[in-house]
Order: sequence, then C-alpha cells, then structure tokens
Amino acid sequence: MTDVEIDWPWQYSFPPFFTLQPHPETRSKQVAAWKSLILTYCQKTKTYLIDVREASQFSLFNNSTINRKLEHNVIISILSELHKTGNAASVDKAKNRWEIYWHTLEEWASMIYEFISSRGMQNTVVTLYELMHGEDTQEEEFYGMQQDVLIKALKVLEGAQMRDHIGRRCSRCKVF
Amino acid sequence: MNRIKYTNPILLESESTVVVENNVRLYDGHQKTSFEGGELIITTHRILWGRPGAIARGQTCLALHLDLVVLVEEESSSAFSFSRSKKVLLHLSETTEESDGPQFTSYYNFIKLSFREGYSNNVIGVLNDLLQKRLWEPPSPEVSPQQHLPTIKLRTGIIGIERSLQEKQKATDESITVAFQDLDKLMSMAKEMVKLSRTISTKIKEKQGDITEDETVRFKSYLMSLGIDDPVTRDSYKSDNHYYRELAKQISDFLLSHVEEMGGMMALTDVFCRVNRARSLELLSPEDILNSCRIMESLGLPLKLYQFTSGVKVLQLSTMDNEIVAESTALLIEDNGSLSAEELSQRLGISITLAKERLLTTEKYGKCCRDDSIEGLRFYPNLFLTKEE
Repeated sequence: MTDVEIDWPWQYSFPPFFTLQPHPETRSKQVAAWKSLILTYCQKTKTYLIDVREASQFSLFNNSTINRKLEHNVIISILSELHKTGNAASVDKAKNRWEIYWHTLEEWASMIYEFISSRGMQNTVVTLYELMHGEDTQEEEFYGMQQDVLIKALKVLEGAQMRDHIGRRCSRCKVF
Repeated sequence: MNRIKYTNPILLESESTVVVENNVRLYDGHQKTSFEGGELIITTHRILWGRPGAIARGQTCLALHLDLVVLVEEESSSAFSFSRSKKVLLHLSETTEESDGPQFTSYYNFIKLSFREGYSNNVIGVLNDLLQKRLWEPPSPEVSPQQHLPTIKLRTGIIGIERSLQEKQKATDESITVAFQDLDKLMSMAKEMVKLSRTISTKIKEKQGDITEDETVRFKSYLMSLGIDDPVTRDSYKSDNHYYRELAKQISDFLLSHVEEMGGMMALTDVFCRVNRARSLELLSPEDILNSCRIMESLGLPLKLYQFTSGVKVLQLSTMDNEIVAESTALLIEDNGSLSAEELSQRLGISITLAKERLLTTEKYGKCCRDDSIEGLRFYPNLFLTKEE
C-alpha cells in the first residue's frame, strides 16, 4: 500500500495474535491491541477506507514473515469494536467496507474548527478542496483527507450549530 | 444314440428302480428308431429300455447312463396334435468312448423318449431329481468343482437361486459353529491355565529356597503379566453398590502406579483396556468401570474421576488440581516457546487427547494462548497478559 515504515508492536510477530482468543481476559487484551494497531497503521499510512475483502493485501492483517493472516470475520468483529468507540463505521450493509477514523469525527470537527478560527476565517466560504488540498492546510493533519470523511466531520459541526453548509454540490462550506 | 449301450438288466451296486413306464419309443435326435413299444425303467443310475418282458427275463437291453444326461426337457407338442403321446428330450454330453451299442455314430446330441400313452409318473421331475442327487457317484462329500459345475447350471429359475442361497447359509452356519467351538475350547483352557499358574505360585511360596532367587523372580513376573490374582466379580456381592465399592478399590490399587507413571492422568478408555487386560477372564463392562470410578472420590481413594468440559473423562490422582496442571503446562510451554497437543503428548508420554485437554485447561486459566493456523493448533505463553506495558 504505502512505503511508510510502521513501528510494528511485538504482538504483530506473535502468532497467537492472529487467532481470536477464547479466554475472555486474553481476548480483551488482544482486541485492544488490535484496535490501537489498526488506528496507528491507518494514521501512519493515511488510510481512510478498509475493504475487508481485500484485507490480505494490507500488511496490517497479513504478516508474511510468520505466515499468519487475520480471518475476515475476526477483522469485522474488531472493526465493530472500533465502531463502538466511534473510530470506525461500515459504509455498506454487508460490512465489507469500513471507514476508519483514527481521530473520531468529533475530534476532526474540532480540529477543523480550530483551524478556521485560528485563521479568522469564520463566516467565510471555504471549499472542501481548500480544506483537503489547500496550501494553508498542508501542515494540518486533515490535509489529504478523504472527502466522504470530511463531509461527515463537517456534518458534526453542522449539528453543533457552528457551520452552515452551503451548496453541497459546489463543495463549499462556511463556518460561523 | 451312440451313447446308448447294450447291457444286462441287472441292477448295479446301490442302484434301485425308480420309475417304470410302458410303450416307449426311442428317437435318435428327431429320427425315429426301430426301438418302439418297449419298457422303460428309470433307475437311480441309468435309463434302461427293453422289449416288453425282456428286462424281467433278464435278456439284453439298452442302457443310458444318467451321467451322460445334461438336461431334461419336455418337447412341447404342436397345437394341432391331440394325441396323448408325450416326448421327453434328453440332452447328452459329448463322449469319446467307442460305442458298443446299437449305433456307432450320431449327428445329434440328444435323444427323445416318446411315451405313446403318456406317462403315469412325473418322469421329468424324477429325472431332474436324480440328476441333481447324482447317486451313481461314490458317496464321498468332496465333489471336485468341475464335477460340481454342471449341477449348478442345472438349477435354473427361482428354485435354483433359492437353493444356492440356502446352501451358502448352511456353509456360513457351519463355519461359525466351527469358529466358536475353538473359542469355547480356548476359554475352558484359559481357566485351567490360570488355575495352574495359581497352584504353581502357591507352591513357589511354600518351597522358597528350593529354586534360585532369579528363577522365582522371573516366574513371578510372568504370573504378574497374567493378571490380577483374585478379580472382584459381581457374583460374589449381593448389591451393586457393594460391588462397585470393592471394584473401585481394586481398580485404584491396580492403577495407582500406572497413573502416576502417566503423569497423573489416564483416559477412561485406557483404564478400561488396562483393567480388562489385567483381569483377562472376568471382564468388566464399561458401565461397571464408570460406575465404580464415579464413587472413587467419595471413598477417599487416591484416584478420582474427572470430566473435562469437552466431555472427555479421565481418572486422575486426587491430589492433582486443574490449577497445578495449568501451572506446570504453562511452564512447559514457556520452556519450549510453543507447543502443540502432539508435542506435549510426546513430551509427557500421554495420549494426544489428554495433552489437548491439558492445554485447553491451561488456556481456560489464562496461562497460554492459542494460534489456530493451517499448520494446526499451537499454544504459546500468554504474552497478552504477562508482557503488557
């Protein structure tokens, strides 16, 4: 996927990590480790979308050095766990495609709001493209963000009455 | 016709007359012959034909040995003939013998018997019966297969099939009885053997010193491998409970050292095999063993029955505890890095089922974790819980 060097945790080269453990205490530890690993991985590689069907292509779920793969249903159950904390959401009903939010949508929203307010750009119309690929945002974490995720984050702002969404088709927004 | 011979109408040894018919004409194939209006006698061995009264007077007559007859059938008379005459076809086998009969050669492989006035007896039935019995053969039970084959061919139709089935049944029946006779003998012999060994062992006890120490020891070891000296049997107890209690004591006495050897645990199937092997004669049913194992714990015996969550039942030392098992197994896993059930079974000298149960118990206590891959199920030290932060 990417050339980004990942600092794999010790679990990644521990074969039992790729089998869902039946012992409840062990399993909770294992799932927690997976959750943090997935989020770290996605953050490092700027992955916003994971397709479970193509999971074996991700080095995340497929450690070729010890020849272990994470099963699809296990991936889905871990992603469902992530969903509970607002760090992931399935895009389709079959739960095959998942958006990963290594920052929750609320965190993204407040990040954007801070960016806007720090530049005094309230009440100005900003295009989504500017937010995603603009020169000003190059330093920000949401640079290069996927549009679907960005819109979802902005909708959170909308819900908080801090933003007026003008002309979705024109892909512009205004923050108060 | 060339198979028919001139002969004396004197009956052979063990031959007897079966059917007598009058006014019979012989045909060679489809051709009429001059032998007509004669007397036909079917015996157990031959078919005899003579001029009226000739046979009774002991004059020469014609004879056809039944050995040569392959098939008997009635010639269906045409629809337009209303005569009472009936014809019987006799298909004959090839012969190489020089004929001394009325005709040297014949184009046909069958002759016909024409009964001008019909026949009073069921000639065809009688002939078929005789052909099957083959009374002319010496009465030895061993019939060579070549001789046997034609008779099998004769059995056509449903009756034939039924008969062959019956014969097969008879044969299996016989072989079964023979087999069990052997077994009975073995059992009776075994009882004697055990008795004998017992008397010898008591004699040895009495006469210790007469034989060298070495021999005594060796003989005793033979006796030991023969089994338990005085097995507890159901007959000697009035109530089942009492019986089970005594049985439990004996089993635990006998197995204690073995269980210790096997690492403190023995599958119930192994228990069953070992106990019955040792008893050799008064065998126990699985139910009896299970029942007596159940009450071991309440009797305070050094062994107890334990059932794993998977349903596998084992007999284990009552001092043994799941936690201790888990602890020791975890240590083993740590020493080896990781273990599969097979490896553990080899290491401890226990069965794979038991090894797997041990690993699962250890996992249940959170002392190890599993790795389920295409290479099989392996267990690793539980680093998730121990190596955290």
